[in-house]
Amino acid sequence: MIKLHSKGNEPLSTITHEKPFIGKITTNPDLPHGLRSQHTLLMSSASDIPDNFGLVLLAHDEKCEAKENTIRLTSELRYLKEHDVIKFYPDILKIDALYRKNANHNSFLVTEQCNSFCIMCSQPPKDIDDHYLVDDFLATLPLIHPDTDEIGITGGEATLWGDDFIRMIQAAKNHLPNTALHILSNGRNFKDLDLAIKVSKVKHHDVMIGIPLYADYSQLHDFIVQADNAFDDTIRGILNLKRCQVPVEIRVVIHKENYCRLPRLAEFIARNLLFVDHVALMGLEIMGFAKSNLQGLWIDPYDYRDQLQSAVETMARAGMNVSIYNTPLCVIPEPIRCYSTQSISDWKNDYLDECANCTAQKQCGGFFSSNLTKTSNYIKAL
Amino acid sequence: MSLLGKKFKLVDDFNQAKNLAYHLLPSRFASLDDGRYMLSNEVGEYLVVDRPKLEAFVRKQVGADTDFYHDLKSKHFLFDDDSNVAIDLLALKYRTKAQRIAQFTALHLFVVTLRCDYTCQYCQVSRQTDDKHAFDMSEDTANKALDLVFKSPSPAIKIEFQGGEPLLNYSLIQYVVTEAKRRNFEHQKDLQFVITTNLSLLNDDVLAFCQEHSIQLSTSLDGQEELHNSNRPRPGKNGYRLTVDGIKKAQNFLGRDKIGALMTTTEKSLSQVKSIIDTYLESNLDCIFLRPLSPYGFAVKNQQAHKYDIERWFEFYKEGLDYVLEINKQGHRFVELYTQLIVNKLLSPFSTGYVDLQSPSGAAISAIVYNYDGDVYASDEARMLAEMGDKKFRLGNVHADSYQDIWLSDTLLDTLETSLSESLPMCSDCGFLPYCGTDPVYHYATQGDVVGNKALSGFCSKNMKIFKHVIGLLEDDSEARQILLGWVR
Repeated sequence: MIKLHSKGNEPLSTITHEKPFIGKITTNPDLPHGLRSQHTLLMSSASDIPDNFGLVLLAHDEKCEAKENTIRLTSELRYLKEHDVIKFYPDILKIDALYRKNANHNSFLVTEQCNSFCIMCSQPPKDIDDHYLVDDFLATLPLIHPDTDEIGITGGEATLWGDDFIRMIQAAKNHLPNTALHILSNGRNFKDLDLAIKVSKVKHHDVMIGIPLYADYSQLHDFIVQADNAFDDTIRGILNLKRCQVPVEIRVVIHKENYCRLPRLAEFIARNLLFVDHVALMGLEIMGFAKSNLQGLWIDPYDYRDQLQSAVETMARAGMNVSIYNTPLCVIPEPIRCYSTQSISDWKNDYLDECANCTAQKQCGGFFSSNLTKTSNYIKAL
Repeated sequence: MSLLGKKFKLVDDFNQAKNLAYHLLPSRFASLDDGRYMLSNEVGEYLVVDRPKLEAFVRKQVGADTDFYHDLKSKHFLFDDDSNVAIDLLALKYRTKAQRIAQFTALHLFVVTLRCDYTCQYCQVSRQTDDKHAFDMSEDTANKALDLVFKSPSPAIKIEFQGGEPLLNYSLIQYVVTEAKRRNFEHQKDLQFVITTNLSLLNDDVLAFCQEHSIQLSTSLDGQEELHNSNRPRPGKNGYRLTVDGIKKAQNFLGRDKIGALMTTTEKSLSQVKSIIDTYLESNLDCIFLRPLSPYGFAVKNQQAHKYDIERWFEFYKEGLDYVLEINKQGHRFVELYTQLIVNKLLSPFSTGYVDLQSPSGAAISAIVYNYDGDVYASDEARMLAEMGDKKFRLGNVHADSYQDIWLSDTLLDTLETSLSESLPMCSDCGFLPYCGTDPVYHYATQGDVVGNKALSGFCSKNMKIFKHVIGLLEDDSEARQILLGWVR
């Protein structure tokens, strides 16, 4: 597990920033002066500190003569590298890693507000004004390395921003013309066809909207997301997006409340929503509500392996693009292991001691760091 | 008691529907076997249920907290006041199933000659002897037919050369292929060709031509040597050898996927389905189509079609399918095509292209026939009927009639109107309707009426038996189910 935020940074000089500073990291002390104010210089060994950088981060413990805006970086953030983007809060000396060039996923939380209240939400919603998250995202986009394969937008429910939601997609297209954009949404607001049309009119080169569908009938889905009519809204949202030719991924988090219906849900999807571009069947991430509700939600993935196999085979046979996320290979039935993907973001991805003896570890998605205390009883080295 | 935190509501709190107050969506049912029913909805989703469950469903007595209720709701047999998106989804699925009608005619059969070097007893088109060029299609007729082909709105066009033995008029095949491809520069259709041939005239020139234009070959193989040669006599009595050698040559030269074989069942075949299938395996063919004999052409003149009844044919089919499944269980993929079609119909949201099992009838919508003399027929069976002297389903002639004349002819429109299962007696309330279809030409040929009395219909009897058998396998035999599911495309 990697920490993405830390306050343990030490100022070595006066800090002239009054507002948070978002900057791209460079390790080149000779960067042309015109570029320095927007960059953060990362120095990993003691040497003279050059002038005019927006921020200087010392990733070492040697003594040195600090210039303005020099910070000694806390050791847990010393993984930061050239091209990464950070946000520095001058008042509390906090640094967030907003973008890491070497990460397998770079996801941007753009709001904590949500119109659903899912019983297993890993990012419980907060009813606060957090528009600064949109501003941060828009400020970060121009700094992201153009070779980045994909970035993600997550929440909360990003569509709640209305026109700003569209603005974010437009900005991602403009600044990163070679980068895919993956957006997590509960899909409900797309029941309004106009919103779907607006997304499609951006003509983003490679966008995918990931939308959860937890059951094959309304009562159960609505209960899981704790919102009446959510099932109908989400289905209509998916239909509207596909009507506008916007790629859609269906995401199914599996837990005790819905695993029994998983084969029927797969039949429902293959019959009614065959045209979606990807279906991800996902293990539970024990964070947020999933953690506090664990007693009601936990089921050993080994105990739903038959339902998982049936669901995967139903959709694969229908020609759908299916993946299994967040589930160690050893508890997936052998015939469907090929559908498993290493889906967990590197910063929160871990393995058990047992895994050290496993020949399949390189292909295995492993565990969420938060799940290490509650794993399947059937983990075994392959 | 809920195991969730206090701020979470219970599953029952999200049910906005009153118990036992659900609404039925359009559905039908049919008896499957002792005590079981097949319940199907308008778009072909189905559940197999026992009598008490069926009655409870219809009488609105299924409790909202049962799995059966959720199955009925999820598969769109009912909706309740908690959700009405079922209507949107049903509309979408209905459009998907009906899409083929908008795409219109994809299969165009060119009867390039009636001449044939075989003298098959069951031949469905009266063949002429080798030298009567009067029964060959001319370039002029072919050109007029191509005018019609390219008027079809279908994005995919398949031109199938039929006979007689079409290779006896090989120069016309070459002409049509070249000319169709030339015209297709403008139309940009997905254009494919098939030659239905007995392979006797297959030589390296023909193979090279097929290779160059990606032409598929379709041939007839009725079983092992003795059966094949008896069903399909040829001067020289070498039909079987010519056919299996031709199949091998085509497989090697063009590829295994470029040659297929069809078999016709005669009374003699009925006792030897396994050896027929073995013949297909020996020829490295990966599928077989267990077909009944159709009631046209010489088959009727010679009373072949009446010699065995549907019951006996069904036993033949069942024994054959059992053997095919056994072959698959041994790890060798081998498909029975009619069963594959039925499984697809049962499980796929799309309609199948199979002409003989559609509503409205596939006649002229899915396939159309241009006879050697330019006469246009609604189907191959309609042409066979005409060769027997009854031109009821003749739609016009390429030299005299326009596209509009032919496709809007009263003959065709009347036929289509009377071929909608949804409005036919005994079909409209049948649980198998979503998977079945109508065959006006068959019913006209056998009963003198395009609708026909389904109680006396061999078409209905055959298909009902197959539906029940295949659904039974899917429900009760998990090993067979896995194999059949693997055949779904």
